[in-house]
Amino acid sequence: MNAYWIATIGTSVIAFALKYSGHSVPEKWLSHPKIQRINGLIPIALLSALVAVQSFSEKSKLMIDQRLVGISVAIIALLLKAPFPIVVLSAAVSSAAVYNWL
Amino acid sequence: MSKVASATFRDSLSVSLTVGAYGVAFGAAAVANGFTVLQSCLLSLLTFSGASQFAVVGVLGAGGSAISGIATASLLGIRNALYGVIMAPRLKVRGLKRVLAAQITIDESTGVALGQEVRGIDEMRKGFWYTGIGVFIFWNLFTLAGALGAQAMGDIRAFGLDSAVPAAFLGLVWPRLTGNFERALAVGCAVFAIAMTPILPAGLPIIATAFIAIAVGLKK
Repeated sequence: MNAYWIATIGTSVIAFALKYSGHSVPEKWLSHPKIQRINGLIPIALLSALVAVQSFSEKSKLMIDQRLVGISVAIIALLLKAPFPIVVLSAAVSSAAVYNWL
Repeated sequence: MSKVASATFRDSLSVSLTVGAYGVAFGAAAVANGFTVLQSCLLSLLTFSGASQFAVVGVLGAGGSAISGIATASLLGIRNALYGVIMAPRLKVRGLKRVLAAQITIDESTGVALGQEVRGIDEMRKGFWYTGIGVFIFWNLFTLAGALGAQAMGDIRAFGLDSAVPAAFLGLVWPRLTGNFERALAVGCAVFAIAMTPILPAGLPIIATAFIAIAVGLKK
């Protein structure tokens, strides 16, 4: 079993365990304000880190390439309040244009 | 169907279709990062939580280990447990129905349910089930479409998929950046992850930012 299978199955098992535990534990265990607050911050931290790593690295090397253009266009689209599909599409189109023609 | 019920149904359907369509981006991202079409579809069927799914494919795509990928995805899945805590006393279900309710406990089903609060508990329950099942159906269909599409592409960079993936992450985090504190945290974590990438094994720079979030959350 390779890493991709382990990741697929492991992620799925834990995801369900988390969901089911929420339905089964007493409410007071998880309703502490600090837990609620940290829970709101974790996605911000992890997703921002993922944006950066996926935009500017290749394995363990830092790299500037067509993705810089793609992610910049995505930021502009978000600042203009574009909906999610437009954000993703505009990033893809601009990045592909740079990769294919520059 | 009464007027009130159809309003809940409308809310649920529009959320299901919109969110479900993101599944294309996920399916494509998964294949672009080295997952097979089958693995991509299993993640959508079994994990069924967008941010967690994007995270695990992102970490493995960046060269991270399976453990790093699972850990990152699971940290993002904690919020579903908190949604379960909110929904359980309102749904009051047991046995197999609780298993089904747990599987569809995500941002959208919980959000739509809470949005129906003024219409009463019955409408909250309907909002939860309609939205959860609706998103589940569309998310999985669109994942398959995206995965097959990406598989047919060959060089994903020629189609801009290498940029579509981080743009999708950015689209997920953007609505959460509601104040200066949140924006500073986002920029700080992005810079930290980049700075650590040449130093730490792949995947760890991303998970490490969760501890930054925990530290500042405990302090404030």
